[in-house]
Amino acid sequence: MTTLAAIEDLSVAFRQGSRSVTALDSVNLTINSGERLAIIGESGSGKSTLALALAGLLPASAEQIGKIHWPNGRPLPGRDIGMVFQDPSASLDPVLTIGEQVAEGAVAHLGLDWKAARLRARDLLARVQLPDPQSLLHAFPHQLSGGQRQRVAIAAAIAAGPVLLIADEATSALDTIVQAEIVALLRSLVAEEGMTLLFITHDIALASSLADRIAVFRQAKLVEIGTSADITRHPREFYTASLLAAHIDLTTPPLIGERA
Amino acid sequence: MTALLAAEGLGKSFRRGGVRLAAVEGASFSVDAGETLGIVGPSGSGKTTLARLIMRLIDADMGTLCFEGSDLFALRGKALRATRKRFQMVFQDPLAALNPRASVADVIGDPLRIHRLSDRASRPAAIARLLDRVGLPAALASRAVHEISGGQRQRVAIARALATKPRLIVLDEAVSALDVSVRAHILKLLVELQAESGISYIFVSHDIAVVRAIAHRIAIMDHGRIVETGPTAQVIAAPQSATGKALIAAVPRLMPAQD
Repeated sequence: MTTLAAIEDLSVAFRQGSRSVTALDSVNLTINSGERLAIIGESGSGKSTLALALAGLLPASAEQIGKIHWPNGRPLPGRDIGMVFQDPSASLDPVLTIGEQVAEGAVAHLGLDWKAARLRARDLLARVQLPDPQSLLHAFPHQLSGGQRQRVAIAAAIAAGPVLLIADEATSALDTIVQAEIVALLRSLVAEEGMTLLFITHDIALASSLADRIAVFRQAKLVEIGTSADITRHPREFYTASLLAAHIDLTTPPLIGERA
Repeated sequence: MTALLAAEGLGKSFRRGGVRLAAVEGASFSVDAGETLGIVGPSGSGKTTLARLIMRLIDADMGTLCFEGSDLFALRGKALRATRKRFQMVFQDPLAALNPRASVADVIGDPLRIHRLSDRASRPAAIARLLDRVGLPAALASRAVHEISGGQRQRVAIARALATKPRLIVLDEAVSALDVSVRAHILKLLVELQAESGISYIFVSHDIAVVRAIAHRIAIMDHGRIVETGPTAQVIAAPQSATGKALIAAVPRLMPAQD
């Protein structure tokens, strides 16, 4: 098993007025090449900050201590790291066509001309299972549904063939049926492309259904990390157990009794 | 027994670029006193439009809606305003639903003032009682809405809905934006309030697992229509509609426990 990234004693703080708010506190975490690693946590746990730190997208004002060691060389964001965010209407440019935004990564990083990049974009739209990719190249984001837009965002994220795909709450704004479709798509894409997947979510069941390992974050700290099976069946930390207890699925006892 | 709320053939369509789009079509359902009806469906199925029709936030094109025995669509002006305090709504994002710069006391005090439910002198005590009912300290009354946490804000939204002693609260994705631990507490609060007061809920969500935890009956929507309805346990165990089956299949499952 080779290491893609070793996060060593990473702390990140943001300035808010005169105060400094700690978003990540002495985090140690190794990401293995080719694994599917889920990062779970509630609001303010630091999970998105971790994603931004890995992708080199932290704002310049952020104070960062510790380091991220990349054994195979420092990745170039956009080329070696693709990122998919929660809200595809915010991450896609509303005035660019689908073709332009998916092709952009291929032009910038693969040295393709626009014509070749457009062909690649068409293939990518087919890879993310969008219907009629040829005419979709000329469509605008507002013409698509939320789930279709997220597929476009995924196509754009993998356009330059990244080694690491980061999905930050990429299914949270979608309904459960579309969520299941996007998770299935991510699973097949990372398997076929041999990508490493960092899947950030607040949903521990969704994490366990997709990831090999789960890292649990709370209030800027890594609480525990383990295989999905160990985390869901034998959590070591009380906090993980409480997340599991708060999870609601079709086996949870209903909160209401039968009506008389 | 007559239902608290009964809808017959509700319909609403919107015009989009000259095309008529039926957001809700032929929706019929009823809610009894003390009952929770869960409305579940994918994005764009018409859940929120249906919730807004029930609240009379938008007017229906067709159908009837009977609340406490009177025709809700026939009510106008003063009679409608008087009836409005009997049904309330809680939205997904309390920061968008509530004025962020208002104090918690303002937010909860508004319905008390508008419906003349308590005079100025007794209002602070009434606000404190409502905060207590939703599990918040009375000291929170002076805080601004933007200063408190998301879970506290949703409790304030519920306290505001409760202020007029409604018989029905329509909750539109009211726990969807909350952290799981906060969500569990809010659901428990809703169930406790129902046990205390016999209030009815219409609980709208895209997540059938959450609906299952709180609803006595479920109505499944797709493409503007109610495609299936029945007692919760029955719908979950043996969904009849394709949408019902898809919603149940899409619920993420924790890895099964192994011994």
